[in-house]
Amino acid sequence: MSTTLFYLAIGIGLWLMGLHGLLATRQSIILVLAINIMSSGTFMVMVALATHSDPVDPVLQALVVTGLVVAVSATALALRLAASRRRRTEDDAT
Amino acid sequence: MPDAEWLFDGTLGILLLVLAGAALHARSLYAAVVMFIALGLMLALTWARLGAPDLALAEAAIGAGVTGALLFSTLYKAGMDRHKRATPNRIALLLPGLAFLLLLTAAWPLPEMHSPLPDQVMAHLKDSGVSHPVTAVLLNFRAWDTLLEVSVVLIALLGVRQLYPSHGEVPTPWPLMLAWGRLLAPLTVIVGGYLLWRGTDAPGGAFQAGTVLAAGGVALRLIGVLPPLGWHQWPVRLLVLAGVLVFVAVAALTAWLGQGWLHYPTGSSKVLILLIELMATASIATTLTLLVVGEKRELRP
Repeated sequence: MSTTLFYLAIGIGLWLMGLHGLLATRQSIILVLAINIMSSGTFMVMVALATHSDPVDPVLQALVVTGLVVAVSATALALRLAASRRRRTEDDAT
Repeated sequence: MPDAEWLFDGTLGILLLVLAGAALHARSLYAAVVMFIALGLMLALTWARLGAPDLALAEAAIGAGVTGALLFSTLYKAGMDRHKRATPNRIALLLPGLAFLLLLTAAWPLPEMHSPLPDQVMAHLKDSGVSHPVTAVLLNFRAWDTLLEVSVVLIALLGVRQLYPSHGEVPTPWPLMLAWGRLLAPLTVIVGGYLLWRGTDAPGGAFQAGTVLAAGGVALRLIGVLPPLGWHQWPVRLLVLAGVLVFVAVAALTAWLGQGWLHYPTGSSKVLILLIELMATASIATTLTLLVVGEKRELRP
């Protein structure tokens, strides 16, 4: 088994771990973590494939850089949504 | 006796999966966030191992740094610390195993395929104005993607502003933070500037540099050196919009006067790429700082 295949397997494992977290919990912060873990798994598959080709595939790597920045923006929005939903339910309760 | 490389790969792989599991199943949210940050650092190490230094830099700064700060600030502001534990059952363990095998058989033949793209990038690298292939792809060959990405960051900030505004007040800093903050902030400017400048011919670039600068901004805000920042201040607004505006202006000018949308004229590509990168760095640094430390309360719900 080559390095590429090993990291492909780890990437798939991370993705599934994230999916499991997404289905197993209802705590909003953990859901955000789970989605981030899923995206890390996807990135790992892409980077492992980029490393495999010779020369190293710069297009795949650039796509992952783009993906990282988009992921952090989405995380920021999701976390604020989670926090504001919680505050709204508290406001309704009082 | 396995050789050292396999030992390293195996340890890294197991650590990644264990940390991911620990982040999802930690008893307290605080522990979950700490595990997630550790996972981000291990991922950065993995990217470096897989020969992607650009990604390692970006992951260390963005994935582990900014995401961790965002998670902690959400925990602090919302004060959530309850975590319902899931009850595992047997089918829940069987299904992932099946899914893993299915996905692995799908991914197995992927490394056999060869994409013509790397050779094309290498063939046109000298026309792109920069000598680092990843930067060339990001800001020349696939500049459209990067333009949309800068827009996504802007849209995320606008979306966050529509929701409940954050407190804007920051916790009282502890003495070590006060002492180190002033020392770290100038260092982030040096490191950020270096990453930006080196990005043309070595790993680095606008996103990594912007994130490092944002870290400096957040540190300064937390020790109270920077006043509360907000959308109502025109310099902040200008900095946030600068990246998208300059990028769109360059794109429109090349479309009207040149050969096409984001098709830089030969000779001036390096200048244009540096201009776009500089503005994008400023925008990303300001936007991420705003996203993490929040704004002064200006709208009342």
